[in-house]
Amino acid sequence: MRRAITVRVVGPLQWIVYPALSAIAVTVLLAIPFRLFGLNLPEPVLPIVLAFAWPLIRPSMLAPAVLFGLGLFLDLFWGGTLGLWPLSLLAVYGAILLASNFLAGQATIVLFALYVASTGFAFFLAYMITTLSLGNAPSILAVLGQVVPTLLLFPLADWLIQRFDDADVRFR
Amino acid sequence: MAFRDGPFENIKVPLAWTAAVVVIVGIIGAVMLLLGDGRQSRNVGGYAPVRAGFETGAAPVGGVLSAPVRWTGNAVDYVKGYFFAVSENRRLRAEIVELNAWRDEALALKNVNGRYEQMLGVKTEPPIPMVTGLAITDARGPFARSRLLNIGAAKGVRVGNPVLSEHGLVGRIMGASAGNSRMLLLTDVASRTPVLVERTDARAMLTGDGSGSPRLDYIRGAGSVQEGDRIMTSGDGGGFPRGLPIGVAAKGVDGTWRVKLFSDRSAIDYVRVLLFQDFSQLADQNALNAPPLASLAAAPPPTPAQAAAIQDVATRRAAAAAATAERVRAANAAPPPAPVATTALPTRTPTAAATRPAAVRPATPQPRPATPRPAAPAPQPVAPAPDVEPTPAGAAE
Repeated sequence: MRRAITVRVVGPLQWIVYPALSAIAVTVLLAIPFRLFGLNLPEPVLPIVLAFAWPLIRPSMLAPAVLFGLGLFLDLFWGGTLGLWPLSLLAVYGAILLASNFLAGQATIVLFALYVASTGFAFFLAYMITTLSLGNAPSILAVLGQVVPTLLLFPLADWLIQRFDDADVRFR
Repeated sequence: MAFRDGPFENIKVPLAWTAAVVVIVGIIGAVMLLLGDGRQSRNVGGYAPVRAGFETGAAPVGGVLSAPVRWTGNAVDYVKGYFFAVSENRRLRAEIVELNAWRDEALALKNVNGRYEQMLGVKTEPPIPMVTGLAITDARGPFARSRLLNIGAAKGVRVGNPVLSEHGLVGRIMGASAGNSRMLLLTDVASRTPVLVERTDARAMLTGDGSGSPRLDYIRGAGSVQEGDRIMTSGDGGGFPRGLPIGVAAKGVDGTWRVKLFSDRSAIDYVRVLLFQDFSQLADQNALNAPPLASLAAAPPPTPAQAAAIQDVATRRAAAAAATAERVRAANAAPPPAPVATTALPTRTPTAAATRPAAVRPATPQPRPATPRPAAPAPQPVAPAPDVEPTPAGAAE
């Protein structure tokens, strides 16, 4: 007797579109002008998680296009310079994509170190672009105030990789 | 092979390559966007409609999400006020006692100030209309610090308008659509505000850097800033009215002078937008365009006493002018003076007399008051008259 085999299809909707929409929703939620005991809500750059995880899951033509859109959304929603976050996010995606052959199957601690480096690279790029375009360097403490919440999102990136990385050699 | 046979069906391109191509195209697009969008020129560039359209869509979402937070805050305030009514009542009574003295002093100073302004002819700025709005989203990052407001061009909000909270200046409008506007905070890295130190009147530039306390740059004068000095807008450049409170000066951890903003004392939810454009807005355009001295035509007629005084002065001036003209005419009609005997001045020769400078002895004979000349009238009675100015004010005295 033959048993029916359930085939789970993981398409771009699951690992690209839904996470991107979630990132937008959380970004909008965290932009509420809420203040408690003198403290505001944190403002991490959520799409950096996706820019780090997506090339490690598998290469895709859709992922960088969506990242470009996410970057534009951040610039428009936050009122920043248009093109700042698309460039930073795509630079992270491209760098991880280039090194993905060497990073597949690495331990979590290595991935965390790589995530720290990617986040630092993205913020360094944004810092330099802002400094050059406005002629005024942002405060390092203020930059750290956004870098730290973004680094704390690493478990989310790790979960995405573990959840959707099918270890298919065709994508290596 | 014909195209309909699908010659590219068997071509297999690695996914990583195609993804890399998309990345490169995206990076090129992002660079083009960056080059085309300077934050200083966002309102005159081509992206302003895009931003306005996006904010028109984002504002309702932000408004819906921030409403529960606002309601919760109001409810918490209500409950807190109920439970702490007694202690707050005591605190308010003590504050009223203290403020009563300040009120009396303020009234006295206002009276004195009004008299000074009247004496000095100071043109004070008229009150500026304002509209109240609500912040619905908040960007707090190091690269952009701005807020979306639920009031826009339909209520008269325009780019450049200053925005205040109940404590002081918060920022200015940097983009406005019909129903929404975006406010650039003083702490944004693109923000520059001309300010002055209240104690010394020294000028400086308040420069945001993404942190909570903006920096004071280009401070004029050594030692012109001290810890705790009040900082306010200077009005230089015409972007802001003078005297809007901003904060107090403090030394930053990096050794630079920074400003602790008054607006940090509470959440910036309700804000007031000053509908201020520049100084020309404050002046009466009709008065500026009126012809010079037009007000003289509208001056009231002089009183009989003033008219008599004016007539008296005019008569005196006319008599003085006639006397002077007659004296000159008589001097010109008189015969030239007789030659002086050489024995009186034996050392002078005609050659020496002729070489005298003209300033000492002019060629034209001058009238000598000491010499009696019956042809000319005595000018003594009218001599002081030309010093009197024929102004109504002078005549009245």
